Amino acid sequence: MTAHHSKSDIQGPAPARAAFYNDPTVRAIFWQVVVVGSVVALVGYLVSNALENLERQNIASGFGFLDLPAGFAIGEGMLPYSPADTYFRALLIGALNTIKVAVAGIFFATIIGVIVGVARLSPNWLIARFATVYIETLRNVPLLLQLFFWYALIVEALPVAREAFGPLLGFHLSNRGMNVPLPDDMGFLGLLVGILVFIVAAIWLYRRNKAIHDATGETPNTLVPTLVMLVAFPFLGWAAGGFPTEFDTPELKGFSFNGGGVISAEFMALWLGLTLYTASFIAEIVRSGIQAVTKGQWEAAGALGLRRTQILRFVVLPQALRVIIPPTTSQYLNLTKNSSLAVAIGYPDIVSIAGTTLNQTGQAMEGIAIIMAVYLTLSLSISAFMNWYNKKIALVDR
Amino acid sequence: MTDRTAAHEDWTRPPAATTGVIGWMRKNLFSSWLNSLMTLLAIYVLISTIPGLFQWAFIDAIWGDNPPEVCKNMPGACWSFINEKYRLILFGVYPYEEQWRPLVAMIIFLTLIFGSCIKPLWVLGKWIMAIWAVGLVMVGILMWGGVLGMEYVDQSQWGGLPLTLFLATFGAVLSFPLAILLALGRRSDMPAIKTICVVYIELIRGVPLISILFMASVMFPLFLPTGVSIDKLLRAVVGLILFSAAYGAEIVRGGLQAIPRGQYEAADAMGLTYWQKMGKVILPQALRITIPPMVNGFIGGFKDTSLVLIIGLFDLLYATRLAFQDISWRPYYIEGYVFCALIYFCFCFFMSRYSQWLERYLAKGQNY
Repeated sequence: MTAHHSKSDIQGPAPARAAFYNDPTVRAIFWQVVVVGSVVALVGYLVSNALENLERQNIASGFGFLDLPAGFAIGEGMLPYSPADTYFRALLIGALNTIKVAVAGIFFATIIGVIVGVARLSPNWLIARFATVYIETLRNVPLLLQLFFWYALIVEALPVAREAFGPLLGFHLSNRGMNVPLPDDMGFLGLLVGILVFIVAAIWLYRRNKAIHDATGETPNTLVPTLVMLVAFPFLGWAAGGFPTEFDTPELKGFSFNGGGVISAEFMALWLGLTLYTASFIAEIVRSGIQAVTKGQWEAAGALGLRRTQILRFVVLPQALRVIIPPTTSQYLNLTKNSSLAVAIGYPDIVSIAGTTLNQTGQAMEGIAIIMAVYLTLSLSISAFMNWYNKKIALVDR
Repeated sequence: MTDRTAAHEDWTRPPAATTGVIGWMRKNLFSSWLNSLMTLLAIYVLISTIPGLFQWAFIDAIWGDNPPEVCKNMPGACWSFINEKYRLILFGVYPYEEQWRPLVAMIIFLTLIFGSCIKPLWVLGKWIMAIWAVGLVMVGILMWGGVLGMEYVDQSQWGGLPLTLFLATFGAVLSFPLAILLALGRRSDMPAIKTICVVYIELIRGVPLISILFMASVMFPLFLPTGVSIDKLLRAVVGLILFSAAYGAEIVRGGLQAIPRGQYEAADAMGLTYWQKMGKVILPQALRITIPPMVNGFIGGFKDTSLVLIIGLFDLLYATRLAFQDISWRPYYIEGYVFCALIYFCFCFFMSRYSQWLERYLAKGQNY
């Protein structure tokens, strides 16, 4: 009986179409409408509350405040600024300060990170231990604590301006930061142009020689022409500028320095903290990248008769870089975002200036929107650049 | 005969310079001239720093119960500062007489955390959740008080290490369900849900934690209906949860992607619904892979809790800074920071070692 039933079930007419509420497409649409609806309702509710609260507190909304005078002073910036300038200019200076410390941090963190990462794999036992201690110590202590430490050390342990270390080549180091000499003649522009021309020419030469090497197997000399250009182009530029020698050197006047440029204590502490902290993460990435290249690659390259430096340069590093680049990109992003800790030690970055703006105008939403916009722009630019680079060095499969 | 054996043994033995301490040194410290140079440099650095540091930290240091005047102009570390202020550093501004309560609460809390990490106790299985619930209720009673003859202490007076631990744990644990939902949403076939999750994750990951905390501290009050206000501590926890959920989601997504397609298809073929498929087949496997990166994320979250001082919560770091706001102890900030750093270091180092052990443990039987 049972058997008969199941047989008729199989052979019987096709079952009726499933109820429409069981149709996956209909269900998908239904759930999306529900989710989007609740998100929109939630956001709408929050925004209406916010508008009501703002109205009650007599706080304007919109970005009109950007044209008003800011009225507060900023410690340092790459553009001229006075409290009479607009909020927009103040925020621009903050954003530039963020970019300045992020670029300097990324540059030095990469160098230190690579050195420490390679050192951790060094056959030299002592050097490897050094690198391990460095990495474990810095990785396991909060960055904010390290920033406070460096800042306190610079401000409390370095001498006051009157007893500053130096001058060494016109540099003075005190608890206010480092005072540096600046070139004081437009003729130095020629030198700068010379250096830029050298960089472009060196890249061109390197590419040309690599192309020749790839095509013919011959290795044209790269080192000697590069050295010649390194001396020649800047010298020609300097000569074109009329051999300027004028420097604006910092001079002690009373309790502080006049003239020259200054690298503030806040910048130094932030830069030092960010660099050393991020370097410890990059070092671990470099180490694991190099270890990801199998031993067989080293041995095969050795069997071909390559020297250790050649093995590293032509066989191991190109493969390790593919493992290293993506996590390093996220470390660069972390460094940039961590530069926002500047607010804790008084470096005028975008968060600090937007925070002051937000306190003065009461326009919290706009202030936070500006902070987010600046960081999103920076993050996306770094990601885009690193993705481009990653694609360039990625493994080309058959 | 005997002579020959002796001679034989003599020349089969490796040369003295390749074994023992000398051999080890030749191999590991002086294998080439560059290596020798590096070794000498490293030894020079060690000699020029370690004895001085040791002298400062131990030999010349002032220990025990001393007023700040004793430390003045002394060459060594002033550990009397820690002696004097350790209760402020550890418990913040919690009422002094009642500080045994956060201490006991912290011990319960740490026992719960360590207990959950130890393998022999995993046999408790689902009971662990119940034990946690009981433990957390006890912690809550101890911290707030107001019952059993204990004075009520408002959460605005909580501080120090207990606060740091609570922020880190609740930030991580409560963000976990949200992280899973976001990760599932990001892998979903429904475009609207996927878009919402992607936008949320990328937006949060693109901005610094400080801006989220700022938002939590200045914008949450605006978002609430007039007259309703939420506590600063709660706002910070919500900010931390929203932040770590976005990072957690990416870790979970990594786990989801690592599960072979066949598992998804097999679950579909069995006629499981979406939630059955995810809950019974995919997530149990995916979450197992994500445990080690989750622990690493937790270490990051633990360090990140120090940022709450920017919105004015008295966590461990802020309490440390409070300790040397006292003008007579002002010069001993290094001792304060070193003490605070050691506490953070112990926790983070333990967790990173634990994550490495866990990774090896979970990989057992997986390497075929």
